[in-house]
This record gives sequence, structure tokens and C-alpha cells, in this order.
Amino acid sequence: MSATEVHHVAKTLMDHLPILQVVIPLMSAPLIVMIGNRNLAWLIAFAASAASFVIACLLLSDVIDGSVISYHIGGWAPPLGIEYRIDALNALVLLLISGIGTIVLPYAYTSVKAEIPQRLHTLFYALYMLCLTGLLGMVATGDAFNVFVFLEISSLSTYVLVSLGANKDTRALTAAYDYLIMGTIGATFFVIGLGMLYMATGTLNMADLADRIAEQGANRTVQAAFTFIVVGMGLKAAMYPLHHWLPNAYTYAPSAVTTFLAATATKAAIYVLLRFMFSVFNPGFHFEDWTLYLIFIPFALLAMFAASFVAVFQTNLKRMLAFSSIAQIGYMLLGIAMLNATGLSASIVHLVNHGITKAALFMGAGALILYSGSAFFDNLNGLGRKMPLTGATMVAGGLSLIGVPGTAGFISKWVLVQAAFENGWWIIAVAIMLSSLLAVIYVWRMFEVLYLTAPDEGCTATDPPLPMLIPMLILAVSCIWFGFDTELTLGSAQVAADGLLAGSAGMMAH
Amino acid sequence: MHHHHIILRVVTKMLVGTIILFAFYVQFHGDFSPGGGFQAGVIMAVAFILYGIVFGLNKAKQVFPAWVVHKLVALGVLVYAGTGVASMLLGYNYLDYGAFNPHHPSHGQHWGILAVELGVGITVTGVMVAIYYAFAGRPPPMKDEDW
Repeated sequence: MSATEVHHVAKTLMDHLPILQVVIPLMSAPLIVMIGNRNLAWLIAFAASAASFVIACLLLSDVIDGSVISYHIGGWAPPLGIEYRIDALNALVLLLISGIGTIVLPYAYTSVKAEIPQRLHTLFYALYMLCLTGLLGMVATGDAFNVFVFLEISSLSTYVLVSLGANKDTRALTAAYDYLIMGTIGATFFVIGLGMLYMATGTLNMADLADRIAEQGANRTVQAAFTFIVVGMGLKAAMYPLHHWLPNAYTYAPSAVTTFLAATATKAAIYVLLRFMFSVFNPGFHFEDWTLYLIFIPFALLAMFAASFVAVFQTNLKRMLAFSSIAQIGYMLLGIAMLNATGLSASIVHLVNHGITKAALFMGAGALILYSGSAFFDNLNGLGRKMPLTGATMVAGGLSLIGVPGTAGFISKWVLVQAAFENGWWIIAVAIMLSSLLAVIYVWRMFEVLYLTAPDEGCTATDPPLPMLIPMLILAVSCIWFGFDTELTLGSAQVAADGLLAGSAGMMAH
Repeated sequence: MHHHHIILRVVTKMLVGTIILFAFYVQFHGDFSPGGGFQAGVIMAVAFILYGIVFGLNKAKQVFPAWVVHKLVALGVLVYAGTGVASMLLGYNYLDYGAFNPHHPSHGQHWGILAVELGVGITVTGVMVAIYYAFAGRPPPMKDEDW
């Protein structure tokens, strides 16, 4: 027996952070179902997501200098075993997802009571934690197939979460079904792409994939794989012509779910897109340049204008914000297509800033709906005056959405315009500003309804209770805060962009 | 009613026990022969589904209540993830089964695989039966007070 004895140094808690990031929310979901008490369910969900937020902070502080943490699941070394790999890019996205996941929960406590039948509350929190697990896992893992597994975990729970809005409006069911079909097509495309990559290279570890693709160069299989992965993830990220599922899903889902999804789900998909386009396929991959110039730029521009234009004519606040999300994703894709460090950091920083901004706006919308019963502009007349703090949140979020100086949205647009000038694309820079003007129109409509119309007579609306108000205000303040203090967001985005542009070399531990 | 399908009823009663036994065989022999948690879970669920098809949904729910099924779904995941946490508490990586027998890692792996597959088996049984219940009984199988 002693012949096979191996020396082992016991691991400490800090060594396990990458896996704890995912396992804590993962275990909380079945625990919630086992205990089956709706008040404890909230407490468990909150404790687990707060723990994962703390872990994300610790991870980011470890990797912000550009280093990489690699965790081998089961003690099996990559490329055979599954590896979790944390660098500046995914640590930042992990921080966004776990942060939003934590801050939405106190808000959800009140808002879920108002919108979802009591018997479904326990299930709601279990699904919410599963969705959080899936999104965190997608981002934390360094194994391509593991991304697919977590993508499915988050997607399946998302479909059910969206359908929970059926109590208020049965159209939530068709919205969830639409999303189910579209999301499944997206996931299928993604896994077909992975299959082709596996066929061509015989590996699923991202770093190993990158090396082998660089070795064998572009062949038809690898090109097809690239296309399938971009289309599949584009669908999940609501890239312009593939955005059809998004407006309905965001409009009819319960407020807490919309807030959480808008700030995290498409962002995780954008992260995977970035990871595959730059780390797995080298930025020098010739096929990719053409994809970026001929597909990403036109569709990003279309998204910025067409979706903003549609947003202007919406009569429903949540639907308007949903269309604006599609437009904002256009900015992120545009940043990717710039193919320079500034463009990539613009894309990454916009991913975070827009996540915070949209979360604030959808939370505000949820608070308005709590009193008006629906998100139609006709029912929101003058509510900004009756609910001053909610109105203030909408103003802060709206200004950040436009990109007014002094807000988070300004930083990302500023860096994006800089990136356009770096490439000498002044027409694109002008397009970015023009599309911001469209944002001014639809955000102004929101202000007009909230402040410049007279509230209904006998309107008793007041600001929502504290559990909803505090998360809302925290997000509203962050919209402003990250417009001044860019060290965290822009700082880590720049480190992340450098890592991405280094291609497969960026996957190596320094 | 009791006189209908008497052959089916008798054969089912004889088969259900055997199917469950076979499920346990596939479950615990899975590390030496083809099989494992997923297959065993499906076979186990088949026993209950067959019973439900022949004797009716209500009889099946008396044997295997819906709330137990739902808890089993969660329990399996907890067993699987809990195995990983146990190896972590022993100072090894998540799901590093070597932790369960540090002097002889391959024995440890044996135990680890058994525990993890047990979790898979429990969840698959639960999910399969839950899907059958959901399709067979149109009204929701969970009452408000079950949660």
C-alpha cells in the first residue's frame, strides 16, 4: 500500500476560490428545495450570492496585475481535466454578475411577493441561484465544453424565470417559449461549433485549443466552427439580427428577473464571444478579420440605429429599455470589431457600465410598476414627482444610458470614440454620437412622462419600501460613481484587453 | 375494473421488484461494467413509471409521493456537490477523490465515484418520475402546502 503513497500539501480556502465561486451558488439551489421554506429560501440565496460576490472581489484583486489563476478540478491537470481559469477579464465579469446577483435579491424579496404567487417563491429562489450559477460558471471555466454545460444551466433556469411573469401577464409564457426556442438554437449552434473544434484539434481546453489552432492554421473545419460559435453566442447575446427573443422576454418577465437578466445574461454571452474570438482563435486568424469588418461593424451600426429608433416609438417603458439594450450591445460589438486595445477595453468597460445602468433603470421601472400595475407610459404619468427617489434613479440611469459626462455611460462611449479615431474611422465616431442622440430622444420621453405630466388625481404612489429602495439607490449612485472613478472598471478592462490581444499567449500563466 | 388487464397487472407486480433490483445492480456495479448513475436512475424510474401506467397515477403517487420526488431531484445534486466539498475539506481539490484514501488514491477514487454516481442516480430517478408525473397529471402535482 505504501508503494503508491504520494505526498500531498493540504490546500487552503484561498486556493479553492475559483471553484467556490461557482459551487456555493450551485449548492444553495438544491438546499433551498430541500428545506422548502420560502423565507429561509431568500436567506440562503442572499447568503450564497453575497459569498460569491466576496469571492469575486478577492479573485479580481488577485488577478488585476495581469496574472492568471488556474484551478484543476478533481486534481486532473489540463488539458485532460477541467480547468477553471481566472484572469482580469473574467474576474471583472464575475464581479459584475455576482454583484448584480446579490443586489437584486433584497429588491426581489419585496417585488417577488407582489408579482409571483406565493407557492412559487421557493422555486423562484432556487431557479435564481441556478441561473446565477450558470452565468458564473460560463465565465469562470477554462474548458470549452464546460461553457456549454453552464450555458444550458443558466438558459434553462432563465426560461422558467421569465415564464413566472405569467401571473401578471400570460404573454410571459409565449415570451419564455420564444426564448426557449431561440436560446436552444443558439446553444445548439455553439455546441456544433465546439464539436467541430474537437474534431479538428482533439481537445476542449481553451488554452490547448488556442495552441493547436495556431499550429494547424485555418482549415475549413476550424472556419465553420468559428462561424457556428459566433452565431450561437450572438443569439444568446442578442446580436442585432438575432435579437428577436429579447424584447418580449424582458418586457413580460417579473421585474427582479428582468433586472438580473438585463445586467448579466447577455453580458456573459458577450464575454464568451470575446474569449473565443480572441483567446481561442488568435486575433491574427485571417477569417476573423473579415467577419469583424463585414459582419460585426454593419450589424453593430444597424443595432445602434435601428434598435434605438424602435425604442423611440415604444409605449411601454420596459419594452423601450429592452430595445435600448439591443442598441447598447451594438456598441459592445463595435468595440470588439475595432480590433485594437482601446476598442476592446471600451467594449469590456461598456459591458460593466451598461450592466449597472440597465439594472438601475429596470429596478426603477419595477418600482414604478409596483404602483402603476403596468409599464405603459400612460400609467406612469407624473410618477417621478410622487416617487422622488425612484425618479432620481431613473434620471441617473437615463443620463448614463445617453452617456452624459459624469456618468458611467460617458466613460465607455468616450473610450469607444477614442478607439474609432485610433483606427481613423471618423465616420464611425460620428455614428456613435448620432446614435447617442437617439438615446436622448427616448430617455427624454421617459423624463417627460415621469416629471412633466400631471399625476392622476388621488394618486397615492410613494417610493417603494426600503428593501427595494436601497439596492436601487446603490445602483443609481454607482452609475455616477463609475463616471468619475474609473480605476476599477477601466483599469481592469485595459488589463483584460491586453490579455485578449495577446491571443493564445494571453492564456498562458505569466 | 379490477378484472381488466389481469395479465399485465400480475406481470407488472412481478417485474417491478426485479427492475428495482437491476437498477441497484447497474448503479453499484457501474464502475466495473457498463452502467452507472444515469442508466441506473432511468431503470429505477422505469419501475415506478410502469407501475403508474398499469395501476394508475394515483396508486403510483401513493407509493412515491410527488413531494418526495421533488426532494430527491435536489438531494442528488447535493450528494454530488457535497462529495466535492468533502474532498475540499480534506485539503484536496474539488472532486479530487484521492482525498478519501490518501495512502491509496485509486481506492479513494473508487469511493468518490460511487458517491458521485449515487448522486446522479438519485437525481435522474427523481427527474424521470417528475417528468412522468407532470405529463400524466395535468393539474400541478404540488399543492401549496407541499412547499
